Amino acid sequence: MSKAVINLETLACPSCMQKIEAAIKSVEGVEKDSVKVLFNASKAKLNFDQEKTNIEEIEKAINTVGFKVLKSKVR
Amino acid sequence: MQPLILANKNKITAISGILIAIGFFANFVFGSELIFNISFIIASLIGALPIAIQAFQALRFKVISIDLLVTIAVLGAFIIQNYEESAIVTFLFLFGSYLEQRTLNKTRSAIKKLTEMAPDTALLKKDDEFIEVDIDEVEIGNILLVKTGAKVPVDGKVVDGNGYANEASITGESKPVNKDLGKNVYAGTILENGTIQIEAEKVGEDTTFGKIIELVEEAQDSKSSTERFIDKFAKYYTPFVLVMAFVVWLFTKDIELSITILVLGCPGALVIGVPVSNVAGIGNSAKHGVLLKGSEIINDFAKVDSILFDKTGTLTVGNPEVAEKKYYTKDINRALVYLHSIESESDHPLAKAILKDIDVKQKVNIDSTEVIKGGGIVATIDGHEVVVGNPTLLEANNVILTDEIKADISNYEQRGNSLVLMAINQQVQIILGIRDQIRPGVKKDLVKIKKFGVEDLIVLSGDNQGTVDLIAKELGLTKAYGNLLPEEKSAYITNLQEQGKIVAFVGDGVNDSPSLASANIGIAMGSGTDVAIETSDVVMINSDFSKLPDALAITKTISNNMIQNIIIAVGVVIILLSALLFSDWMNMSIGMLVHEGSILAVILNGMRLLRYKPKF
Repeated sequence: MSKAVINLETLACPSCMQKIEAAIKSVEGVEKDSVKVLFNASKAKLNFDQEKTNIEEIEKAINTVGFKVLKSKVR
Repeated sequence: MQPLILANKNKITAISGILIAIGFFANFVFGSELIFNISFIIASLIGALPIAIQAFQALRFKVISIDLLVTIAVLGAFIIQNYEESAIVTFLFLFGSYLEQRTLNKTRSAIKKLTEMAPDTALLKKDDEFIEVDIDEVEIGNILLVKTGAKVPVDGKVVDGNGYANEASITGESKPVNKDLGKNVYAGTILENGTIQIEAEKVGEDTTFGKIIELVEEAQDSKSSTERFIDKFAKYYTPFVLVMAFVVWLFTKDIELSITILVLGCPGALVIGVPVSNVAGIGNSAKHGVLLKGSEIINDFAKVDSILFDKTGTLTVGNPEVAEKKYYTKDINRALVYLHSIESESDHPLAKAILKDIDVKQKVNIDSTEVIKGGGIVATIDGHEVVVGNPTLLEANNVILTDEIKADISNYEQRGNSLVLMAINQQVQIILGIRDQIRPGVKKDLVKIKKFGVEDLIVLSGDNQGTVDLIAKELGLTKAYGNLLPEEKSAYITNLQEQGKIVAFVGDGVNDSPSLASANIGIAMGSGTDVAIETSDVVMINSDFSKLPDALAITKTISNNMIQNIIIAVGVVIILLSALLFSDWMNMSIGMLVHEGSILAVILNGMRLLRYKPKF
């Protein structure tokens, strides 16, 4: 399991969080309970299985709901 | 295209507002219905675009947002060719979210400033050379170079060189600390002079500073993730209005009536009512020297029932001074020279107060010192055993306390002194009573706070229980806890919250950051450190304690104002809908008039906050 911290563009509406959370959870290989979107910090934190998916897939999912990824860190 | 539209939402709002103004102007001044209609159609179309996109994006993930209702309502108004309503509804909706965004940005600056204090790069040793690398590339065991003025990149140990580090970001203490071989250094602290090489022991989020950031980040977000009342309400309100319109259409087959329901049900006043109260209230409180960081804070603070205080620098001035002293020896000079020598090695606040008080500059060599935590210092000078500390430490070291000294101790304590005694070879030489003055006016302010229904006023302090008890008694606090570490304070707050209390914490200093973050409301006094101010929810400018009751009064008023606005908005909608369904006199134009009137009413009600002055 890898841990990812994704810095997003500034989040403005509370429903943005729901959208991003749902988008990340839709990626196969992401541990659903680990997904946390921090509204004020404009960050997403999650765990994922590196054998099933990668950080690029997750970033792509966030892009499709209309949000930019500024920086991501995987550990 | 979609991101482009969303990115320019504010411009779209402004353009739509201008178009509406042009439309009205053309209609009333020139009587031109054509220009009136065209400008309102354009305003509706460009205004509805970002709202529709947001509604659609949310719908894809099964989230029924308030955007959806607005989109359908605008669409409905458009179909029955009521461009005025469609334009005004879209404009008000966009303008409302703009106002909300502005208050949100204030909350944001808090964490941003904190994370900016974290270092980005480090100088990593590779083959006897130091190269600049990204902070993420540093691993445990790496040797790093820290130059004068640079931030320490990770937690570690000094392996070469020496210098002085400012550790205010971790400890709140801004006096530089000497760092030589073997000393621990912490990420986020600043090396004020010297050059050191360090071995990395903890990196990234594991460092003390990284943990503070993470704690604050998560604490702040756990607060704002409590969905706002409006959005919760809209969750049921949106489907309710949709279903209602659909049911009406099913039974009456009257498209215009069902669309009218959507138009009337569209929460125009509701959408703008809360942001208006917020912006007006936050603006007004800033004028009164109280910075409220964001809208969630207002609701929480208005409901607060327990207020916890840090002692030093919050209830007291934060400048301990020697208030009284007494000598039991003839050789005063020797006693003072020894005291000066020993206290010079300590950076305890009491030691500083003593050094400031005594006039001796002379120092002698100390052979050995032992610091007893929570007691004092035991040292050997020139073969003499010297004990400096509280009565317990002296008794533990077999110092004889005569009846006279015992009486003095009890008198000093009763007068609220923290005690430092000094003994040479088991003979007491001097007693010092050190006091930190209570802030002027605090007692009166606390009485005011109690009037607002705050049940518990509690002091949490690292100082001894005696001093804390005395302050609690003098100020009429309900509880007093001394000898607490920062994490124990924060644990106590969490404990209270688990009992269902809504807790505010008032303090300064970075070591209070965990408490400021974990309390429902963290309140920083202005003269506190930057981080404390940035991580708190409410800041008192100029460290003015008397602003605290003002802050409470203002937030309660703002919170009431919001509730009034919600009642006006919802009440009007309920009256309109029921009149439409159950009476003959309701038609579209009357409904619209009342609807617009309610929007005006909530804005005017919100504006009252701009003139509000706290009264007691």
